[in-house]
Amino acid sequence: MSLTWDSLEEGSEIPELNKNPGVTQLVKYAAGGGDFNPLHHDYGFPQAKEIGSIIIHGRFKYAALGELVSNWLGHKGFVRKIGCQYRGMDMPDQPIVCRGKVLRKWEESDEKLVELEIWTENSEGKKTTPGSAIVVLNT
Amino acid sequence: MKGQNMAKEFELTEEMQAQVDKESPAWTFELTTTSVRAFARGVGYTDPVYFDVEAAKAAGYRSLPAPPTYLGTPVFIPGRSSDTFSGPSEGQPSINHGLPNVLDGGTETEYRETLCAGDTVSVTTKITSLEVKESKSTGKMLITTTETVYKNQATENVAAVQRSQVITF
Repeated sequence: MSLTWDSLEEGSEIPELNKNPGVTQLVKYAAGGGDFNPLHHDYGFPQAKEIGSIIIHGRFKYAALGELVSNWLGHKGFVRKIGCQYRGMDMPDQPIVCRGKVLRKWEESDEKLVELEIWTENSEGKKTTPGSAIVVLNT
Repeated sequence: MKGQNMAKEFELTEEMQAQVDKESPAWTFELTTTSVRAFARGVGYTDPVYFDVEAAKAAGYRSLPAPPTYLGTPVFIPGRSSDTFSGPSEGQPSINHGLPNVLDGGTETEYRETLCAGDTVSVTTKITSLEVKESKSTGKMLITTTETVYKNQATENVAAVQRSQVITF
């Protein structure tokens, strides 16, 4: 089904994205994103020992939400704004579900806009990374 | 957190407040096909548009587009960048807080233009606010909000603005 502004309904969910990053994925993310804080790859790092595990980069979860939105958008528009807050820690090798729903759609200066509520959810259903995105649709 | 490393006392000083709104010198970074691919691979993207220039062109881009959360990925230069976070360390506004722990608080990016591999961007950063809060799990914490402006060197347009919060405690 192709994405069009007209067919979008406020309150509808967009297709979810499942993530389950292990240490290797976090190492790839560190290399790609430049964040080498040992808290994200070294179990012997003092802060990781205190927490009891390394933790997933907040920015990895932000990027996963970006992937959620770009997969849904399928290059039929432009991400105008995307943001999130890191409210809860997630550990490697645990499932994270990235989800989103259409909060509102409107037209402004000849642009077709959509605001999405987006978030990551841990296996207990807790929203560890709540956020939002505004997208401009071409179709 | 078991909390043995929590800060009991922490106060904002005039010296810290004086760092607010100081703009860093501009530094340059290039977006390249290799840097976009490395980022997309790190996230786990499978969309060929972020890896294959032909697929990107077929989707209407000049080259590989930067994924929506790409910005913040720095260009590392030894001695001039943070060894841990890879961003520039020279001339950047920084707070001498002495707090041992750091966590990311939140990130928001606003785009005005699509950035693609091949673009070169001038980046300036400033701290826009300092706030002290207290929580049971972390004790006193300092929340530093920064704003980073990305200007496309070819068009001289502001391509994006990113706001981030970092929590130290």
